[in-house]
Amino acid sequence: MRRIISILLENEAGALSRVIGLFAQRNYNIESLTVAPTDDVSLSRLTLTTSASDVEVEQITKQLNKLIEVVKLADLTDGEHVERELMLLKVKASGAQRAEVKRVADIFRGQIIDVTASTYAIQLSGTTEKLDAFINALSESVVLEVVRTGVTGLSRGEKVLAL
Amino acid sequence: MKNDLKTASKSELEQLSGGDMLVRSLQAEGVEYVFGYPGGAVLHIYDALFRQDVIKHFLVRHEQAATHMADGYARATGRPGVVLVTSGPGATNAITGIATAYMDSIPMVVISGQVQSHLIGTDSFQETDMVGISRPIVKHSFLVKRAVDIPETIKKAFYLANSGRPGPVVVDIPKDITNPADLHPFEHPEAVSIRSYNPVTRGHSGQIKKAVTMLLAAERPMIYSGGGVIQGEGSGLLTALVKRLGYPITSTLMGLGAFPSTDPQFLGMLGMHGTVEANNAMHHCDVLLAVGARFDDRVTNTISKFCPYAKIVHIDVDPTSISKNVAVDVPIVGPVISVLTEMLGLIDLETKAQGEHNAKHLADWWAQIEGWRGQDCLAYESDANVIKPQQAVQAVYQATGGGAYVSSDVGQHQMFAALYYPFDWPRQWINSGGLGTMGFGLPAAMGVQVAFPDAQVVCITGEGSIQMNIQELSTCRQYELPVKIININNRALGMVRQWQDMQYEGRHSHSYMDSIPDFKALAEAYGHVGIKITKPEELLPGLEAAFALKDQLVFVDIEVDPNEHVYPMHVAPNGSMRDMWLKKGIRT
Repeated sequence: MRRIISILLENEAGALSRVIGLFAQRNYNIESLTVAPTDDVSLSRLTLTTSASDVEVEQITKQLNKLIEVVKLADLTDGEHVERELMLLKVKASGAQRAEVKRVADIFRGQIIDVTASTYAIQLSGTTEKLDAFINALSESVVLEVVRTGVTGLSRGEKVLAL
Repeated sequence: MKNDLKTASKSELEQLSGGDMLVRSLQAEGVEYVFGYPGGAVLHIYDALFRQDVIKHFLVRHEQAATHMADGYARATGRPGVVLVTSGPGATNAITGIATAYMDSIPMVVISGQVQSHLIGTDSFQETDMVGISRPIVKHSFLVKRAVDIPETIKKAFYLANSGRPGPVVVDIPKDITNPADLHPFEHPEAVSIRSYNPVTRGHSGQIKKAVTMLLAAERPMIYSGGGVIQGEGSGLLTALVKRLGYPITSTLMGLGAFPSTDPQFLGMLGMHGTVEANNAMHHCDVLLAVGARFDDRVTNTISKFCPYAKIVHIDVDPTSISKNVAVDVPIVGPVISVLTEMLGLIDLETKAQGEHNAKHLADWWAQIEGWRGQDCLAYESDANVIKPQQAVQAVYQATGGGAYVSSDVGQHQMFAALYYPFDWPRQWINSGGLGTMGFGLPAAMGVQVAFPDAQVVCITGEGSIQMNIQELSTCRQYELPVKIININNRALGMVRQWQDMQYEGRHSHSYMDSIPDFKALAEAYGHVGIKITKPEELLPGLEAAFALKDQLVFVDIEVDPNEHVYPMHVAPNGSMRDMWLKKGIRT
């Protein structure tokens, strides 16, 4: 089952490598990973997605908690949550394709953020499924380059992952 | 204004170099001994060591031995062992010893020199990414970036190494940070707190109550204790609990000595080479209390067949140990001391209330266990012409009156030592259980001898293992460490050979030792005493003569039967705990 684990991590050199090292060392997989400092500069917020059974995810979260630099963590998929991923694409935009690409981007509420005579750069955010659907909606020959941030998210309601 | 005050008070502090700060910080932590080897990146630190006389340094002959010495010291005393090595090869040589300590949760602080800060990342001479290389085998690690951070980093390193589930901590210090020309105000913090690290201090009371109820209602109870009981100083309480309940107890390889092995309630070691009575009692029990043990694969045999009838209570200080390999019914996360204290209190209350509830069931259970014990699974056939390895270990027990610290290396002799030398007190048995490090035994015994100069310290080893760190005979000479080395010499890598006999139709692929040194002459060359024993009748007198030489290292080379196997042995794969080989070709 797909899990989104959100971690508050000491914003220190080497802390990220411990998290990644743990996954490699214990044979867990990381599907996506995103990390940046929070409003409190001493902390980073790291969000990672992995697929694991209930038993595995319990062990993963316990092992993560054992890392000295992990301050707090939550499995967002344990409860209601919102998740988003940001994607930037460079697509061919010439001839008849130019209008078609624009139309599909509009349907998905994508924004065109760079324009040349023959290409568009499109920005799109949403769930992983939505981003996948967008890529599928464009014809394969159009897509030149795709970059995705990986999933980040928050739990819904009043639950907060903070100090 | 505030800043001015701060500066004023700082200026009153003693001004020290990074190297001196490090040594002073170690002194402040109560460090008596450092085990190490100098080199370019730690020369400033070694100079600081030279200019003081509080900490005694032991110069080993290979950095791996420094880590094992520190490890042996830590296992015997419960205090963190301290290692000092240089950058590059010094650091990488220490890796095996750090991994050994990590697998067995031994408190250790390893200080490694690093190349100068401005050279880091340039592939400079003797540079290696020590923090990176050691990452998977440390509890935590630090790369010190400023001299002023040294005292707090050292404080944190000792706190982490020796609290919660203990383990090794690496502190990597670039050479420029210890430069004697750069002075900084020195202040060693009294205490330190780490916001993201709060080891549990007591178990959940509700869970403990549930566990006690379950234990008291058991018809076929079993207690399984591990190294955590020793590390957590819980031996006395565990013994009290087992005595109070009258239940049978077994122990992992790592936990031997936590409960007296000579007590009739002790069923011997469990697991791959466990006794028939211990493994059967595990298999048939209806309530299992696991204390400070981690359900290692060398214990459980096939996980799906493990303890099929049991409800399991598991006490461990480390939450990751719980339900990692075996799902348990009542997990209790907490230090053994507090949990067992609370359990004992509850047991007194509950049993008073309900009287001796299950005396009949317990008597039946003991009768069944005595039946297994009656099989005498450790019996072996002796021979008038050749010494059996089991007999050699028993003779060591006899010659030492059971009162020695015993370290071992890894292989058949390790299992024979665990099975045939009953350990009666915690920290008496010093061995590499988790990583299974050949070469551990001698330097570990040296660390024990450093901690207890007047104690009898024995290293039971084999001709394979001893040669992995034999250079330390030289260190023993330098510091007059009178360790007694018992070399169970079967002219083969015994455990490898045993598996090749059992699983590879006797094809002894590279398990011979074709040119074994004359160990007696070798010991003498290092300035020690060597004794060679080849006949059964020489065994006890030879050992007694060796142990009579209290102030000297004696290398006792005992030629034993090369064909002996360690039994019992779990049937694998797909066996349960009660499926065992009892003798060659005979199984349960």
